Amino acid sequence: MALKVPRHDMPCQDPLQRAHNFDEVTLGYAEETAIEEAQRCLQCKNPTCRVGCPVEVLIPDFIKKVAEGDFLAAAAVLKVKNSLPAVCGRVCPQESQCESQCVLGKKGEPVAIGRLERFVADYEIKFGESRFEKPESSGKRVAIIGGGPAGLACAGDLAKAGHGVTVFEALHVAGGVLMYGIPQFRLPKEVVQTEINNLKKMGVEILTNQVVGKVTSVDELMDNGYDAVFIGTGAGLPYFMGIPGENLLGVYSANEFLTRTNLMKGYKFPEYATPVKVGKKVAVLGAGNVAMDAARTSLRLGAEDVYIVYRRSRDEMPARKEELEHAEEEGIQFRLLTNPVQLNGDERSWVKSMTCLRYELGEPDASGRRSPVAVKGSEFDMEVDTVVVAIGQGPNPLVTTSTPGLELNKRGNIVADPETLATSKPGVFAGGDIVTGAATVILAMGAGKKAAAAMDVYLKSR
Amino acid sequence: MYRIVKRKQLAPAIVLLEVEAPAVAAKVEPGQFVIVHMDEHSERIPLTVMDFDRERGTITIVIQDVGYSSCMINLMQEGTAFQDFVGPLGTASEIENLGTVVCIGGGLGIAPVHPIARALKAAGNHVISVLGSRSADLLILEEEMRAVSDEVVIATNDGSLGVQGFVTDGLAHILAQGTKVNAIWAIGPMIMMKAVVEYTRPLGIKTIVSLNPIMVDGTGMCGACRVSVGNETKFACVDGPEFDGHLVDFDLAMQRLNYYKDEENRAKAHGMCGIEGGHH
Ligand SMILES: Cc1cc2nc3c(=O)[nH]c(=O)nc-3n(C[C@H](O)[C@H](O)[C@H](O)COP(=O)(O)OP(=O)(O)OC[C@H]3O[C@@H](n4cnc5c(N)ncnc54)[C@H](O)[C@@H]3O)c2cc1C
Ligand SMILES: Cc1cc2nc3c(=O)[nH]c(=O)nc-3n(C[C@H](O)[C@H](O)[C@H](O)COP(=O)(O)OP(=O)(O)OC[C@H]3O[C@@H](n4cnc5c(N)ncnc54)[C@H](O)[C@@H]3O)c2cc1C
Ligand code: SF4
Ligand code: FES
Repeated sequence: MALKVPRHDMPCQDPLQRAHNFDEVTLGYAEETAIEEAQRCLQCKNPTCRVGCPVEVLIPDFIKKVAEGDFLAAAAVLKVKNSLPAVCGRVCPQESQCESQCVLGKKGEPVAIGRLERFVADYEIKFGESRFEKPESSGKRVAIIGGGPAGLACAGDLAKAGHGVTVFEALHVAGGVLMYGIPQFRLPKEVVQTEINNLKKMGVEILTNQVVGKVTSVDELMDNGYDAVFIGTGAGLPYFMGIPGENLLGVYSANEFLTRTNLMKGYKFPEYATPVKVGKKVAVLGAGNVAMDAARTSLRLGAEDVYIVYRRSRDEMPARKEELEHAEEEGIQFRLLTNPVQLNGDERSWVKSMTCLRYELGEPDASGRRSPVAVKGSEFDMEVDTVVVAIGQGPNPLVTTSTPGLELNKRGNIVADPETLATSKPGVFAGGDIVTGAATVILAMGAGKKAAAAMDVYLKSR
Repeated sequence: MYRIVKRKQLAPAIVLLEVEAPAVAAKVEPGQFVIVHMDEHSERIPLTVMDFDRERGTITIVIQDVGYSSCMINLMQEGTAFQDFVGPLGTASEIENLGTVVCIGGGLGIAPVHPIARALKAAGNHVISVLGSRSADLLILEEEMRAVSDEVVIATNDGSLGVQGFVTDGLAHILAQGTKVNAIWAIGPMIMMKAVVEYTRPLGIKTIVSLNPIMVDGTGMCGACRVSVGNETKFACVDGPEFDGHLVDFDLAMQRLNYYKDEENRAKAHGMCGIEGGHH
């Protein structure tokens, strides 16, 4: 009976070994394991897993193909709804999405949907041929601003619909957070580049080094023959705590720390010329995916003690479950219900300690989470020589402030129709973190696809 | 690719490069900067625009060899190209007719001050430029500055040309003649900008400086470039690089430049721009 087969573990690099290298932590299922795991799926008539997926991937359908051993067919099914399965299979919070809704999870362990997704996508990258038949050209041109998951997904679907697509990316490579934020050991950059190369094969033009708002603007693009614009510039503005000492040396935003390491390959310094510096005792402020990535990166760069410092308790930590487990196995230490109020420096302005307060959980707040309350007189000093601030990111204003007529909310995010992702400016659509605030890859990807569908209608109506 | 169409050695460790970058040249204004990236293995290096030609579609930069990456760029020859060239970045100088303005360029800082002086003159200002260097043979762009200034005062530390001393002595020389100065732009090493700002603070003359902190992306994404201005944290790449000098915490800015001292030395020991490669 299929039910009795336990969920298959993901093969991983040994924790002690992997804490010192940047190779991918998880190794992926073998073919036999994938088939066996897929056979656990009950092929529900009303698959609840799909309801849990923000883009409603045809989950039982692709799993059925895996169970039959037809992996390329499985990939085709997967790609109906998901343009970046090799990425999402690795980074989606499945435990709170599809897998949380799987019926098998009620009594036992859910089907490992994410692992199967990754297996299928990797198989296709290795053995599939990207057969792309150029559709008839619509004669319409679209500019996509930002080459993150939202922009890339939008670009792909518009190209398939026959529109001429150009992506304008500020950095020297496209991929957004997938390239500069999420580390190599969690999402190999080769995987991201494969997806981008596929887009190029489909005729999508990718222009790097284009900071929109500086070198060109939304209005100028519309004047220069683009019939519609999609804005997917993400949530790239790092927040700091606003406490004394935050500009001391040794204090990084997570964005800087991760960009130096991932995008600029600082972990291969001096072969790559951009340095990244980590001390012996590192405090990472925050407990989301960004914080886990910064903590585990610190370890790999040679730190001895790495602390996650978080105001709330374990249950409130927003990171993916797998990342928390992996971090813990690698020896990351958690200092929960703790928050710094001041960073202290030495005579050369290098950070040497943090003055912290302890917290307890009080009444639930508006979001239903129990809000932390500082314990009076609980001040104590924690010795550290590197601090990475990972408490969140907001919208970068370069595009939004240079685009008259674009409605923003009070946090500076673009206001877009939830169904069409149309903004207040005719012909301009927006999606991903720039609309929602920092969220997830799957939501950004889904927004890009939704926008592409609405843009296709818009373009054809003109 | 962004091809170098002209290379000129201006002084022993200082090179001028004119680079094809038509989109940047079409938009750039005085006071803005670019980020160059030689190839996949290189650092992204911020450099202020010294000149631009909208018709030829070129940007001219001047770069001083102070370490590994700047040395590598100094070795680039005509016909070779940067993989990436991003700009224009930062906010442009606020150019208006203020009356009499002094443009101070110290050492390499003469290069970024050049387009600002030109624009100020075009806006109707009486432009007095103060050019400083350690000695006469290290002075760069004198002719170019004369062409865009009404008066030029030169200050050399060793007295081999002009007033002997620092740019502040050159400025004192102008003020001693009773000239009423409405605003000052001062660009050069941090220590020089700090000296100018301390000099003008009691005089109440508005002094604008251009800060050059360590940067990575240049678009407000990383916060490496944060500086304290009027006790507020600013990102120099998007909020600056120009700031009211009287509000800048120069001590912190100078300390932050030492962030990667150890790594810089390690980088130098690696590859072509090794110990003997750089001119120091
Ligand atoms: C360290 C880290 C770890 C994360 N881990 C996970 C995870 O495990 N799972 C998960 O689901 N999500 C994770 N996320 C969140 C996820 O990566 C984002 O929600 C997602 O990337 C948002 O996609 P996007 O396309 O909206 O924006 P981004 O990925 O931010 O891409 C925006 C792109 O626009 C470009 N851009 C910005 N301004 C301009 C401009 N003016 N002109 C031109 N281009 C511009 C940027 O350079 C960038 O390439 C993580 C985020 C970070 C930072
Ligand atoms: C807005 C701006 C405009 C600039 N304009 C010019 C210019 O027109 N001409 C010019 O020669 N230089 C300019 N600089 C400085 C130039 O970017 C640095 O000298 C160069 O990056 C040094 O790199 P390096 O590897 O050769 O030296 P390193 O050996 O790495 O460092 C030498 C010193 O350069 C500084 N530095 C190092 N890395 C960076 C970095 N990524 N960004 C900024 N500073 C850094 C530090 O002070 C360091 O101590 C400018 C900097 C900024 C921020
Ligand atoms: S809910 Fe679980 S068992 Fe049912 S179809 Fe989805 S993955 Fe299969
Ligand atoms: S250089 Fe990254 S924010 Fe300024």
